[in-house]
Amino acid sequence: MSGQLSDAARAELAEICKRYPTTEASLLPALHIAQREWGGWLPDEAIEAVAAELDLPAARVYGVVTFYDLFHQKPVGRHRIRVCNNLSCQLRGAEEVLAVLHQELGVGEDEVTPDGRCSYVHFECLGSCDTAPMMMVDDDYHENLTPNRVRQILKGLK
Amino acid sequence: MAFERVLTRNVGKPEALTLRGYKQLGGYEPLAKALKMEPDAVIEEVKKSGLRGRGGAGFPAGMKWSFIPKGKDKPKYLVCNADESEPGTFKDRLLMENDPHQLIEGCAICCFAVQAATCYIYIRGEYTKSAAILERALKEAYEAGILGDSVLGSGFKLDMYVHRGAGAYICGEETGMLESLEGKRGQPRVKPPFPAIVGAFGAPTVINNVETLCNVPHIIERGADWYKSIGTDERNTGPKLYAISGHVERPGTYEHPIGITFREMLEAAGGVLKRRPLKAFIPGGASAPIFKADQIDIKMDFDTVAKAGSMLGSAAVIVMDDTTCMVRSVARLAKFFNHESCGQCTPCREGTNWMELVLKRLEHGEGTERDAQLLLSICRNIGGQSLCALGDAAIGPVKSLVDRFPEEIEAHVRERGCPFPQRRYFQDSLQEGA
Repeated sequence: MSGQLSDAARAELAEICKRYPTTEASLLPALHIAQREWGGWLPDEAIEAVAAELDLPAARVYGVVTFYDLFHQKPVGRHRIRVCNNLSCQLRGAEEVLAVLHQELGVGEDEVTPDGRCSYVHFECLGSCDTAPMMMVDDDYHENLTPNRVRQILKGLK
Repeated sequence: MAFERVLTRNVGKPEALTLRGYKQLGGYEPLAKALKMEPDAVIEEVKKSGLRGRGGAGFPAGMKWSFIPKGKDKPKYLVCNADESEPGTFKDRLLMENDPHQLIEGCAICCFAVQAATCYIYIRGEYTKSAAILERALKEAYEAGILGDSVLGSGFKLDMYVHRGAGAYICGEETGMLESLEGKRGQPRVKPPFPAIVGAFGAPTVINNVETLCNVPHIIERGADWYKSIGTDERNTGPKLYAISGHVERPGTYEHPIGITFREMLEAAGGVLKRRPLKAFIPGGASAPIFKADQIDIKMDFDTVAKAGSMLGSAAVIVMDDTTCMVRSVARLAKFFNHESCGQCTPCREGTNWMELVLKRLEHGEGTERDAQLLLSICRNIGGQSLCALGDAAIGPVKSLVDRFPEEIEAHVRERGCPFPQRRYFQDSLQEGA
């Protein structure tokens, strides 16, 4: 990336801006777009590009980025895995799912595998308590997990 | 007589995902009916129905709508709260993923009633599938003239958008949500002024939960009297979604008349997992004080649960069997509140942190005999001392642990560790030598 949003992203953002009476209200959508453009995280140049695009102080944008769990300020794997281990999932084996991920990927939470393929974290409730334990891989929910199912899912990630 | 499903009647009918299918199932007729009524008459009907907010607080929806000033000097907004993040809650996701037009229709009727020309559906960032389904449904609704410059040809103008959050429980708090919608950190505002007067972008705003709004088309279609005939009494009316999870045989979202007993609900979900004895249950999401098994016959409506010392909240029921360690369970909830405290008010920011630390040390066998009193003291210093309800929510489970399960805390201190063995859920967790 050249420190700029792509033309397509800027056009997408311009459309979104029309939905709100203030430009600032487009900040969350803009950060989602920027994070997609920068491969799943927001380096300083992405934050500055968004600030420039929306004519906001970069400090304001930083403040927002640090508030929300879905925005990342350090590199993540090509595939991002989020394991819910809040109470309903904890009651049905979420810790074992995390243990399997640790064993299979060989890295700790919030670390990226050496090949850049995966990173994983435990996460707060993802609203899938009826299919616990569960994890989210990129945008997809994987539910009713078992250790073997987790291993199969990992094999499918390139 | 079997209870007729209302809110979930289209669940399991894939045709409801398309506008054509939804209309064939009777959809958008209530909206057409509402548009022929006076806006105030729509508000009156919802008031009369007794519909109370399904997001957690249980505030009467019609009354909320009636607080919106009349007149056209300022824009008005509806913000639909689809930030479902209360641990244990997954009912709104079901409604959005299976019947998106029902929600759009409910939003449209509300907008007409309060004369709001813009609606934002604020959906939690993790619900990418729900957001995509809603976007598709909105597009269809625009193309069919259900949204846009003249809703169903009535001359009423309405725009509706999906706005994705980015992972923060506090954005489910109504003023935190407004801040987030405006592109800021989701830190709740001082009230008053209430959102009905100064809400989104400084304008009068209604904020209602997904399930609340999904009730509205049915109230308009079948009338307040029909609606009131379901439920416990005048103050607890209508169908209700109960999300049941944890140690049950068939976890899921179940629609029951509000006020069904917990025992009936548990039976409908197949009973406790592997028929083990029930130890405890949370009646209304992570924020609700925990009940012991002796409350099994409680009626699950707003007022009965409140009188018994908890809250119905979002009606997210988490079931725990006799192998469950209550200290470990509450420690997990405390960790959640500590993580999600927005940091604005000192008692909540610091207090939730201390609660997590004390509960963790108890669980790890480093607790002292004074910890139960220490926890209560922290609760007293958080309760009523913060801008929004998160602080009070955080003390609910902790206080109920100390009050209702003191013997478990004592056992952790006495045995210098957790007396409950870590339960294995899977036989094949870790491969030897892998």
